[in-house]
Amino acid sequence: MSEATLAPPAGGRTTTANRNMVLSSLRNGDRFFFWATRLSAWIVLLILGGIIGSLFVGAWPAIREFGIGFLTTQRWAPNAQPDPVLGGLGPIYGTLVSSLIAMVIAVPVGLGVAVFLTELCPQKLRQPISTAIELLAGIPSIIYGMWGFFVLGPFLAEYVEPALIATFEHVPVLNQIFKGPASNLSLFNASLVLAIMILPFITSISRDVFLTVPPVLKEAAYGVGCTTWEVVKNVVLPYTRVGVIGGIMLALGRALGETMAVTFVIGNSFKIQTSIFAPATTISAAIASEFAEASDVHQSALILLGLLLFVLTFIVLAAARLMLMRVEKKAGN
Amino acid sequence: MLLNNLLRAACVAAVATIATAPARAADISGAGATFPYPIYSKWADAYKKETGNGLNYQSIGSGAGIKQILAKTVTFGASDAPLKEEKLKKDGLVQWPQVMGGIVPVVNIEGVKPGQLVLDGQTLADIFMGKIAKWSDPAIAKLNSGVKLPDAAIAVVRRSDGSGTTFNFTDYLSKVSADWKSKVGSSTAVEWPVGVGAKGNDGVAGNVGQTKNSIGYVEYAYAKQNKMTHVDMINAAGKRVSPTSAAFQAAAANADWAHAPGYYLILSNQPGDASWPMTAATFILMYAQPGDKAASTEALKFFDWAFKNGDKAAEELDYIPMPANVKDMIRKTWAADIKNK
Repeated sequence: MSEATLAPPAGGRTTTANRNMVLSSLRNGDRFFFWATRLSAWIVLLILGGIIGSLFVGAWPAIREFGIGFLTTQRWAPNAQPDPVLGGLGPIYGTLVSSLIAMVIAVPVGLGVAVFLTELCPQKLRQPISTAIELLAGIPSIIYGMWGFFVLGPFLAEYVEPALIATFEHVPVLNQIFKGPASNLSLFNASLVLAIMILPFITSISRDVFLTVPPVLKEAAYGVGCTTWEVVKNVVLPYTRVGVIGGIMLALGRALGETMAVTFVIGNSFKIQTSIFAPATTISAAIASEFAEASDVHQSALILLGLLLFVLTFIVLAAARLMLMRVEKKAGN
Repeated sequence: MLLNNLLRAACVAAVATIATAPARAADISGAGATFPYPIYSKWADAYKKETGNGLNYQSIGSGAGIKQILAKTVTFGASDAPLKEEKLKKDGLVQWPQVMGGIVPVVNIEGVKPGQLVLDGQTLADIFMGKIAKWSDPAIAKLNSGVKLPDAAIAVVRRSDGSGTTFNFTDYLSKVSADWKSKVGSSTAVEWPVGVGAKGNDGVAGNVGQTKNSIGYVEYAYAKQNKMTHVDMINAAGKRVSPTSAAFQAAAANADWAHAPGYYLILSNQPGDASWPMTAATFILMYAQPGDKAASTEALKFFDWAFKNGDKAAEELDYIPMPANVKDMIRKTWAADIKNK
């Protein structure tokens, strides 16, 4: 704070006293601000630690009972005699595969929409389409679940799935993945609903970062004769990769943890089947449909599934960070 | 200053709430089976009109109901799967049957009308095991000459949550199919060999309604309210029966409640020409030494009222009221076992 900004001495006090007063009040304000923000940061860590801790305590009986075998066992029989047999492989598989299929569908489409909006779309259409995509992001997941159950599921089972099954009937491997019968409720349908749910995240974040590309870069590229595709590939995407990957990871996080929409359309079966038209389950769907009824080690196994989802999400985020760092390094060289 | 005033106002409000809370009539609280939920809510409506006392019943499933009563968060628990006498004694619970009903298989096949299709126990078990995978299977065709069935895969819909309805359904399948008994067995949640899982009786009803060529099982009231296509059954006596009050009643008439300790009795696959094979009672659980005696007394008043005035409402929804002599037996059990004083 420079002296010039200080008020002139008032009420007989000296300039020095006045200045000290102002400075100390500023210092106190700063200190208060420091502690307030620091406290907030600590609270976040505390809550995170608390959640991990309580998940671990809740999951402990299941960990003690099933050990590492929980990750490799597919059988889920809470009422088996004499002792329940509970394995998490089915829901873990369902979570990973449904998210993977959703990403395979949503990433190209989402990026495509973003490119269209920023590079190709007529000015007039830009605002309405952007608003529509942001509205998609605001729809509660239960609505997606109902829509998937009542509209999308029957439509897929009637038209899309039979066509896919017929197409790949004689192709080895693929005929196992696209194996009938068609079903309203299946891993494929859940993945498709997930893809539609995460699409707006990818699109709106990518669009925002695409808009940050300096026009001069693009104009230079166009000036040397690049096509739109080349501009996107060589200028826009390299310039914005951090933001784009961030958006994709946010979408993946949502896909991994999505509960209600998936529970509605996935069919809740713990059996792993090769066909993506067969019912499956995910970690969050299994917890949602069984938690109310569960007790003892069954309940503990569900909490363990929750803990695993937590770990899974953490690994995915860490991997994304790592990937990002390597990309940065490569770009730096 | 403003903050001070706000704080003071909040304190006053809080104290006022605490002070007035006990004065309000407490609703009777219960939780459990979804199977009897339609009739309990109908009774609760009528009871509220007559006495001003409400019933807060959460239909969260039998297993959850048992969990809630063990956690003492509700005054009564409701379950379709009765607890064995040893378990009742261990936890200090008293159990009795409140009302009976039927479980019916429901299908959604284009062109098939309610009651047109008939199955026997073995065929039903094979369908739910995945051994019979198509509607055109000879085992189904043999029972249904004259009904045109599609050459389509059967979509099995079953419960994804623990359920008393599942308990009674799988108990029946275990009695009629040795294969089912050894491979799947009976309990509130079994390892289903095939099918998609839906939550609650309403979830199964909704899924069957949505899915072509599907089959599921629901409590009869749900089938009736949703206007679903029910399936007739061949019963233990080898006769074809439709799911009607009379058929449920015929199965219930055989029940020997007097010699069932803790009223532990499962009514599936009863003998008799007119008996519906999947009939079930639904049970109430309360503590013998209740923590809140006043709440316990209120709950018993409600159940007594339901025994006295609820039969007509039950019959309207195709539940079967308990026979008069059994009601008297249950009243004696209340007086002897539940210490409300």
